[in-house]
Amino acid sequence: MLAKRIVAALDIEEGRVVKGIQFEQIRDAGDPVELAVEYEREGIDELVFLDITASHEKRDILLDLVKEVSRKLYIPFTVGGGIRSVEGVRNLARNGADKVFMNTAAVDDPSLIEKSSKVLGSSNLVIAIDGKKTDSSWEVYTHGGRKPRGISAVDWAKRAERLGAGEILLTSMDTDGMKGGFDLELTSKVVNAVNIPVIASGGAGEPKHFQGAFEAGASAGLAASIFHYGEYSVNEVKSYLSQRGINVRPTD
Amino acid sequence: MIAIVDLEIGNFANVEKAISGRVTKDKKLIEKADKLVLPGVGNFGEAARSLDKLKGVILEQIETGVPFLGICLGMQLLFPSSSEASGKGLGVIQGEVKSLPENASPHIGWNQVFSNGGPDLLKGVSAGSYFYFVHSFYVQPDDSDLVTGTTEYRANNEVKEFASAVRSNNVYGVQFHPEKSSRKGLEVLQNFKEL
Repeated sequence: MLAKRIVAALDIEEGRVVKGIQFEQIRDAGDPVELAVEYEREGIDELVFLDITASHEKRDILLDLVKEVSRKLYIPFTVGGGIRSVEGVRNLARNGADKVFMNTAAVDDPSLIEKSSKVLGSSNLVIAIDGKKTDSSWEVYTHGGRKPRGISAVDWAKRAERLGAGEILLTSMDTDGMKGGFDLELTSKVVNAVNIPVIASGGAGEPKHFQGAFEAGASAGLAASIFHYGEYSVNEVKSYLSQRGINVRPTD
Repeated sequence: MIAIVDLEIGNFANVEKAISGRVTKDKKLIEKADKLVLPGVGNFGEAARSLDKLKGVILEQIETGVPFLGICLGMQLLFPSSSEASGKGLGVIQGEVKSLPENASPHIGWNQVFSNGGPDLLKGVSAGSYFYFVHSFYVQPDDSDLVTGTTEYRANNEVKEFASAVRSNNVYGVQFHPEKSSRKGLEVLQNFKEL
């Protein structure tokens, strides 16, 4: 049966990993390719590369990186950050990204979802949603969490699905970075609103947090720092889950 | 030389690397190849159109017994047609390409393949090994003996299965992506290389 996925995220700036990652085996902690290959060896199911390069002129560095990763990695990887057009989506796919995610641009122009899903195939287009709790629901934020957009995260997820999104990468801004667990309420609201898989993100600090997300219906759980800083290995997380009857791919 | 047929959709640099093959759409190279791989992502109709120009030479090669591996959409293209879109596949395996039920589609992620291993492509792959899938359509050969691997999924709280590996003589197809399935996938690619 389909396994729940454990996903690691890498923040990339000008072709380098931004946050210092502590793997003993890694000589160059800033090299995304070396890190990606190490994560695959550890048994991660999928990787997400978030490009935060501000300078437009330097964005081609990302394409070279994607090309290199696609040659060396034998697990799926998703790339996003700063994509503004269908052409941007196409370029990433051509260079080897399995999936592409969009956030701000899709909110600005939802028709991009439809157009991009035609280019990629809808299974390969991921819509990233950053949500923040309000009195009654969760509001969508864009521009790296700086700009409130006045729309509900649950409604936006439904609309994205209708327009052709293949997955939702759902980050709770309230739990992100707190290591106290995923936002289970938000996760379950979105899971119940759409048919497509939901990747829960923001707040993973311990293996049991993934269990929570999966019980809330998420198909995948994404984490960064707990893996990067060696707090838990992928294997520890997966063993914990599999002992509790959650179906994960063994790390062998 | 193993030719990896280039339909100009998707990037198969890692397949090339794993089996020391060559991604090409050059008829002459395909004609000379000892083995052929048809990887594929995207829409059946578009892929069928890209395949059209190369169909003759591919079918000749299959006819002469050259081992052929279709991956994902490449497996679906072994069939005559698909309910996804109009367009003609290779038609070397008879049967249908059908849509997964709506609430089980797309089928994305790592799932198990149950196979008895067999002497060839899935050699050494223990039953229940995980492989990476991303698709919304699946194949159903008319002759169920051609199914060499199956995968279970849940739709409407009911467990169903589809054919995740097929074989007809020298023609192999897998619905999963060996090139995205880490070590297990590399074993499959290696098995193909050694056929």
